[in-house]
Amino acid sequence: MFESKSGIFFIAGIGFFLLAFLGNGAVPMLMYKDRHEQTAEEVVNKKVLNQFADLAERYPEQFRAAFGEASAERCAEALRLGRQIYVGEGCWHCHSQFVRPVSNESRRYGPVSKTEEYDNELQRPVLFGTRRVGPDLSREGGRRGNDWHAVHFYRPRTVSNNSPMPEYPWFFDGGPDKPNRRGLALITYVQWLGSWLDEYPYYEELAEVKGE
Amino acid sequence: MTSRSQTAAAVHDRPAHGDLVDERIILCYYVAALTFLTVSMLAGILMALQLVHWNPLNGVELLSPGRWRMIHTNAVAYGFLANAFLGTLHWAVPRLTFHKVASRPLSWFIFVAWQAIVGLTAIGIIVGPTFQDQPWLLDLAKQWRLPMNLGAQGLEWGETPFWIDPVALLGLALVAVNFMVPIGRSKGPMYVSLWYFMAAFVWTFLTYAMGNLLPEYAVAGTSAGAIGGLFIHDLVGLFVTPLGWGLMYYFVPILLKRPIWSHGLSLVGFWGLAFFYPLQGIHHFLYTPIPMFLQYGAVISTIAVELVVATVVINFFGTLGKKGSEFFTNLPIRYFYTGMVFYFITCFQCALQVTLTFQKLIHFTDWVVGHAHLVMFGVFSLWLFGIMTYLFPRLLGRPWYSRTLCEYHYWLSSVGLFVMFLDLTLAGVFQGWYWASLQPWDASTDGSQPFWITRVFAGLTMFAGLLCFLFNLWMTWRGAEAAERSTSQFAAAAT
Repeated sequence: MFESKSGIFFIAGIGFFLLAFLGNGAVPMLMYKDRHEQTAEEVVNKKVLNQFADLAERYPEQFRAAFGEASAERCAEALRLGRQIYVGEGCWHCHSQFVRPVSNESRRYGPVSKTEEYDNELQRPVLFGTRRVGPDLSREGGRRGNDWHAVHFYRPRTVSNNSPMPEYPWFFDGGPDKPNRRGLALITYVQWLGSWLDEYPYYEELAEVKGE
Repeated sequence: MTSRSQTAAAVHDRPAHGDLVDERIILCYYVAALTFLTVSMLAGILMALQLVHWNPLNGVELLSPGRWRMIHTNAVAYGFLANAFLGTLHWAVPRLTFHKVASRPLSWFIFVAWQAIVGLTAIGIIVGPTFQDQPWLLDLAKQWRLPMNLGAQGLEWGETPFWIDPVALLGLALVAVNFMVPIGRSKGPMYVSLWYFMAAFVWTFLTYAMGNLLPEYAVAGTSAGAIGGLFIHDLVGLFVTPLGWGLMYYFVPILLKRPIWSHGLSLVGFWGLAFFYPLQGIHHFLYTPIPMFLQYGAVISTIAVELVVATVVINFFGTLGKKGSEFFTNLPIRYFYTGMVFYFITCFQCALQVTLTFQKLIHFTDWVVGHAHLVMFGVFSLWLFGIMTYLFPRLLGRPWYSRTLCEYHYWLSSVGLFVMFLDLTLAGVFQGWYWASLQPWDASTDGSQPFWITRVFAGLTMFAGLLCFLFNLWMTWRGAEAAERSTSQFAAAAT
């Protein structure tokens, strides 16, 4: 058995793989199978809509060309596109989306991450992250204004001293005051991160970011 | 076990090497592998330069370091390691089984298809995000809730764009068939290498299918995280590791001209690895919302596999035995055993860093990046360099143009890698403490600069090693007169 073809093929090859998959994959899948996976439409909330409307107000021509009006439906579209850009550009290789219960992380970022935060279509595959060159982004929404994000994507070192983050001028039509559709979608996505929490960690006293 | 007389008979009817092995396809695989390795290392250098603010190409869309970082990892796994392994398997499997691969046209088809897969993956990752904004993609995403990315997908090593995944799976299935046929036709108990190869063909296919289908199409959230962790782990543990060790069990006894020290330890090593390695996926996501009992299970299996690894390494050092001087005189052997020492360091490090105590500090830091480089370059790439150093003279029918350049390749690669490993490990400790101390974020990126600058030069050293190898290969290939007389056995052409 230990040196025969069938033993290696069926026991080591298929058997052990399936055993490990049962333990490491199927168990969590079964544990969470009854959780409802939210759609992008369902995760749109007041706070992110508020940011979306702010983008429409701040960059009216660009916004009209990209999304038309600042409706909930268009916001969901921006979230989907924004997530695709976030993944395609490799943002998640340098920014995690997961606050750990150790190393003072809840003091820096906000509440520790919970399973229900990841039950939506924008977490396919889940973006826990792999490395933090830059900070965690799962509580980034509402911390900074849309104009800050626009300038930061255009040239990070303008607003963040010595930042090693690359520049993304292709999210703009020529200048940081002219974000294009990809840029607007990505900013909306970043402003959505953490907006599902009851309170923003730092700026909760500001009515406009709370969406009231 | 085969008796002595049967062995003698087998040797007598042994088919000729030329009938068994298609040397041209091995050369083609090696050329492809070295091409992708060059691309990958250039991409790594680009990202390293970005971190220290020296990237002259900042702001150029198609040279975005974010996209090229994925080229770096994917080109190494699928471009360099996979190609070099496939090429070497075309040498080792027919010679071990005394049977040709299932079909030579199929081999060539796989070769072409695999280059297309890796090339298209690269093009998808680089160009995909530029053309991402298509109405039909958003419709697909909306109607079917699928994460349709023309470019990379959000899983390490699973970045392969969705439109390539099915082709890659088909390719892996064909690879399995092509090599399983000669293994199936061979008689009697199988040699250790074939255990590893056979299991690797099954595992690679299953792993690739799991990681590229489930987290994208079937599950979201935390359970997708568990499967993602299993995927990135299994890709190293069930694709790269068994092929690597299988080749060591093949080449080391041949080069040392003595059998493996202990067959019992070989058995323990293989079955221990097969059982414990796949159980550890979740250790990549400790402290996540994945249930804690699963995290503990993954930690314990990880520590268990280090004991298994120790038996394998002991077995190989037992094989080296009193022939220790070969380490200094025989370059491929030196590559192999350097890799094994690095492997032991990697695995020992693994047993420590997998604990929750270490994870607190080092998760998300450069420590992990250092660990990854030690495994992928320090172990498997060095082994493949050793195999190439041994096989190229046999494939080309002439000795190396310069033994000195071979030595430079070894020293620049292994020293550069080791410096990078120490540097990034230390950087990780600093970063972890910068973060936990709640200083502003800039403190960690500014404090990392000395380490990142060191890393640039360590990377350039490794790249210089590769350039020595490529130049040496070029000169050997075009038949230039050997620059010096070689007395070493490794440089002699095949008999």
